[in-house]
This record gives sequence, C-alpha cells and structure tokens, in this order.
Amino acid sequence: MCLAVPGRILSIEGSDPAFRTGYVDFCGVRKTVNLAFTPEAIPGDFVLVHVGFALTRIDEEEAARTYHYLVEIGALAEEGLVPEPLTESGP
Amino acid sequence: MKFVDEYRDPKIALAIAERIAQKVTRSWVLMEVCGGQTHTLMRYGLDELLPPEVELVHGPGCPVCVTPLEMVDRAIRIASTPGVIFMSYGDMLRVPGSHTDLFQARASGADVRIAYSPLDALKIARMNPERKVVFFGVGFETTAPANAMAVWQAKREGLLNFSMIVSHVLVPPAMRLILSSPSNRVQGFIGPGHVCTVMGFGQYDELVREFHIPIVVGGFEPIDLLDAIFMLVSQLEEGRAEVENQYSRSVSYAGNLPAQAILREVFEVSNRKWRGIGAIAESGLRLRDEYAAFDAERIFGTDDVTAEEPRECISALVLQGLRKPHDCPAFGSRCTPVNPLGAPMVSTEGACAAYYQYRRHA
Repeated sequence: MCLAVPGRILSIEGSDPAFRTGYVDFCGVRKTVNLAFTPEAIPGDFVLVHVGFALTRIDEEEAARTYHYLVEIGALAEEGLVPEPLTESGP
Repeated sequence: MKFVDEYRDPKIALAIAERIAQKVTRSWVLMEVCGGQTHTLMRYGLDELLPPEVELVHGPGCPVCVTPLEMVDRAIRIASTPGVIFMSYGDMLRVPGSHTDLFQARASGADVRIAYSPLDALKIARMNPERKVVFFGVGFETTAPANAMAVWQAKREGLLNFSMIVSHVLVPPAMRLILSSPSNRVQGFIGPGHVCTVMGFGQYDELVREFHIPIVVGGFEPIDLLDAIFMLVSQLEEGRAEVENQYSRSVSYAGNLPAQAILREVFEVSNRKWRGIGAIAESGLRLRDEYAAFDAERIFGTDDVTAEEPRECISALVLQGLRKPHDCPAFGSRCTPVNPLGAPMVSTEGACAAYYQYRRHA
C-alpha cells in the first residue's frame, strides 16, 4: 500500500481544486485520479499516484523506469493495476 | 526491453558496492525506515553486495505492521456491526487481530471490501445512503493526505454515513524513539522517499542536529539504495551529519504544500500505540474535533477494546533494528505469511515477510 505508481494524465475534469480529477493511463489500465495535491498538473504530464491521489509530477523517463520496476517486482496487482505485457516502447 | 535500466544494472550496482568498500574503514549500522526499501534490499540481495563492515537493520516503516492489535480488533468489531460496509487496503484485511482477521470476519458474514483509495469508500457511501461505510485509514505521511482529503470531502458533501478509523503514524517520532533508546545501534538512516515527497526532507533537520546522525533520503530501486548507502558511509567516515537527498527525482526540501495543508486542516498530532513497540508520544495523527462526526471509533464506541501482543513474537525488537527476523524462534515455522504471529510477517513490506520470501533457505 505504500507504493506510488506512475501514470500519464490523458484529460482533466473539474475546476474545484479539491475535487479536480485526471483520467490517468497506467500502461493500458485507466483510472480516475484526484489532482488536489498537484494543482500544476496538465494533460500529458506524468504523475506518481498513491492511493488514488497524484503526489508529484515526474518526467517521462522516470515514469517509464519506475513503471518497469514495479512490474518487475510484481507490485501492481496489489494496487489494483494488472499490467499488460511489457512492450519495447514502454509506457 | 528498451529501458535497460541504470537503476538496476548489476554492473553499476557492483561498482557502487566497490566504492562503498573503498570508503569504509570501520563498521557502521544503517537503518532503512521504509518497508518498500526493505523489500528492495532483500529482493535484490543488496546487503550481500556490501562490505562486512556495513550492516543494515530494518526499521518500523510498514504501516500495516505497526498498526496495534487493538486497532485491528476494533476494526473487526465495527466491520461485524450489522449494516456496516467496511473498507480498507488489501494487506490490512489480512492482518491478524487477537482472534481473527477482517477477511475471516467477511467469511462470517461481515461486508468487508478492498479499497485502493479512500475515495473508493466515499463512492460506496454515496451509493449506499442507508448503510454506514467505514474506512480503515492506516499509513504514514504518504497516505495521510489522501485520507484527510476523503474526510474533508465527506464533510463538505454532508456525507454522514461515511466515517474513518484513523490510525496514522509519523516517521520522525519513531526515528527519535530508536535513537533515544539506550540499546540503539543505528548510526545512519536511509530516509523514506515517498514520505518525504509529501513532507519534504526539511523535516529531518532537527533529528540530525539533535542526534548528530546522517540521514539520506533514498528512492526505491536497487541503485537508489546503494547510492544512499554510499552517501551515508561517506558522511560517517568524514564525520559529517547532514540531511542529504538522493531521491531528488521526487523529493524536495519543502515537500508537497497542498498535501500538508489538508493534513493540518483535518488531523492533529496525537499519541499513538505502535504494534510491538508500545505508545510513542506525539507519533500519530487523529481527527480534529471539527471532524468528530467522521470518527468511526467515536461513532461505534470502541474505546473498551484493548489487546495484548502475543508474547512469542519479537516484532518489537525487529522493528527497532535490535534483532533480525531469522533470530526469532518462530520464524518460518510457527510464523509464516500464511499463518503470521505478528504483523511484520503479514504485509509484503514487513521485514519478516521479506526475509521469508527471499531468505528462506539462508
């Protein structure tokens, strides 16, 4: 439960800062994520998501690296994210 | 794979281990605080790459592991109340209480559900206005802002069928307790990367000043941890004690200010019991009085539920870095992940479970 999983924001909804959400792609699995803690985030950004909240923005390379690491240690199912098989292009 | 990863490249790992070996002139005891880091160290056998002078001990940084037995018993009582929908993270549901765990309570008829976010519980509360929905809010500073935000949203929406058991713990008071113990062995800490993403590494200045101990905030990948160990050993060998940030990809000095603001709005610092360790002053969070209507412990009146830890479990010593998991006579025999005696064997982030998974045959 302490993991933070990287994903890419596809779209953003809501203007109230506490309820603003992003539709986030985690290598094929898509979920709605609260953006209250990353008010600066915009569509296309990569964010590190923990228990349904984006904690921080990260760069694409870091996102790819972290994602592959989480797949390698088999940690994604615990977070409700069953990954698709890894591809050459990464997330 | 395209991302041949410099953070997991064995050649780089060996090169850093070699640099550590060249730097070391005497023995040092280092502790990683976070359970996720314990997991990486064991999985990749990083401790075995280190020179014999550098000993790693494993800290109390698994929130599931330090949630006191009586909180689990309280959760089970609330979950077993007719009409309640009880929700928490999957690994919390497996933690044994005094007599049973939440999954067994579900088998006996309680409506217990896995959540991946406290916002899942808010959704269920909106969909089931006639039911009481209770979320078991555990975690360190990484998770606390999410739970605070869930309570804040519930208050704003007037969602009075939602409540939370708040069992939050804070990292710096646990480090302080370990350092204050007369039997302390820890000479340097790897700081918890995600806790610091939220709180900032500035939070650790005080501990460094007070105890003259180096703290290096580390990430979660093998090279992150080896880098952090090198930085710690360098500080120790050079007689320095500073807060350094190895995980600058995610961590800043000030941390996440909106997350800290919601924490302060909804929670206040309180005394907390830690499983295996006992009460630590000002080591946790509880709901402020303005949010009492969302406090599941008040709503369900569970103050009378108390519990004693099983005597055979040495988790207190393990969580303070005084013993290794395999020093326990029950390890791997009477205590396994399937039948855990104590919480460090339950969660995948617990030190005992990590040793069991990766060191069974050692």
